[in-house]
Amino acid sequence: MIEVEGLTKHYRDFTAIEDITFRVEKGEIVAFLGPNGAGKTTTLRILTGYLPATEGKVAVCGFDVFEKPMEVKRRIGYLPEQPPVYNDMRVTEYLRFVAKIKGVPRKERNEAMERVMQRCALTDVSDRIIGKLSKGYKQRVGLAQAMIHDPEVLILDEPTIGLDPKQIIEIRELIKSLSGEHTIILSTHILQEVTMICQRVLIISQGRIVADDTLENLTAQDSLESQFLKHTMEDVQ
Amino acid sequence: MKNLWDVFHIAGRELRATFVSPIAYVVLTGFMVLSGWFFFNLLMQFNRLLGMYQMFRRPDIVMQMNLNEMVMTPLLYNMTIVLLLMVPLITMRLFSEEKKLKTEELLLTSPVSVNALVLGKYISSLVFLAILLGFTAIYPWILFHYGAPAPELGSILTGYVGMFLLGAAFASVGLFASSITENQIVAAVICFVALLLFFIIGWPAESLGPTAGKVLEYLSLIGHFTDFSKGLVESRHVVFFVTFVLFALFLTKRSVESMRWR
Repeated sequence: MIEVEGLTKHYRDFTAIEDITFRVEKGEIVAFLGPNGAGKTTTLRILTGYLPATEGKVAVCGFDVFEKPMEVKRRIGYLPEQPPVYNDMRVTEYLRFVAKIKGVPRKERNEAMERVMQRCALTDVSDRIIGKLSKGYKQRVGLAQAMIHDPEVLILDEPTIGLDPKQIIEIRELIKSLSGEHTIILSTHILQEVTMICQRVLIISQGRIVADDTLENLTAQDSLESQFLKHTMEDVQ
Repeated sequence: MKNLWDVFHIAGRELRATFVSPIAYVVLTGFMVLSGWFFFNLLMQFNRLLGMYQMFRRPDIVMQMNLNEMVMTPLLYNMTIVLLLMVPLITMRLFSEEKKLKTEELLLTSPVSVNALVLGKYISSLVFLAILLGFTAIYPWILFHYGAPAPELGSILTGYVGMFLLGAAFASVGLFASSITENQIVAAVICFVALLLFFIIGWPAESLGPTAGKVLEYLSLIGHFTDFSKGLVESRHVVFFVTFVLFALFLTKRSVESMRWR
């Protein structure tokens, strides 16, 4: 479903990621685990077609991101680190706008909005102004936005950051419930999150993939925590 | 087809955002206050002159006085100055705000072409401009209602067409300025400086020799408006404004795309 090969990104003289290669199969939930500044966001942005890569290839659903960006964008739902919401709009207005620009046909828009509002538990706040909502609700609006066109691939950049424990559990449950029908990549630096929702882990450190395995294999001998520390510490030294 | 709809979706959201923010109302009110005062001043002047020449028993001069030349043309001229001040305030948020709030990430990861994005935002500012100019129709209406002989409609409409083209050129500069910074104030200042420069660019034309002078004169935005304000439509002026706008939109498109390879 997602194939990344030799992906490299330089910002002027700074190398954000270097030679990243991985594959994600249909229906998988994969965690992108790494310390802050490891290159998680950069990688995800390249996958969505928001940033171009310096080198390497990315294919989503068989379409090359650089050659057929529109085809890829149609099939991806993306929740950036900061939910891309307009603070002056009501939840329904915002979701309708997103449905329009994502190309949801007019007749299916209401249904799509109903569906995502239900899934993200937004029905109660559907008429509220987004700017007045709490961080947790904004995050859910961001998630609803990513799901509105029922994309095959969901890319979530730190979906639980800044939420309270109850909200974190809710969002995790939600993401878990999405597995199977959607292919999901999510980035995080929270270890429990990985054990709770993901089947596979990619550990990234200093712009390189240092581990790529299923959760079971990674935690067979050692806890995920020590694996993570081992892999990321090596790089620092 | 999807592309065309995208343009309307973007423009629609933009207009909505304009009218839920106070900027739209402040700009509309400010524009009406200032242009109203200009109108009042011109009318009073017209009245004073009319009274004076009647007192001096100069019917020949009184016959020559008309509302088109003495009220509408200078009014439109004065309004261009106000427009110059107001357009940067309307256009400053178009791209800057998206950058600041990171909603740009939504737009650029959606299946919407950069063309549709730029065009949609531009059209929203044109609609606002049309609304703004629409409100000022009250002034010619007053002239038609109370003035005798009534002014000529044709030349007033021509003046408004010129004014709209001029405003459209202003807005295209504003759109570009907004696309290069995430700071709305910086966008407004850049737009204002650029507009004022294009306003006065023709001033040193006479002292600069024939070729350079001609070029500068051609670039002067206000120079292309003058004929419209007098009721003349010349295709070369229309061509100038259209080219100007297309060039600015092209630059904006490039600037929006450039953030992808920067």
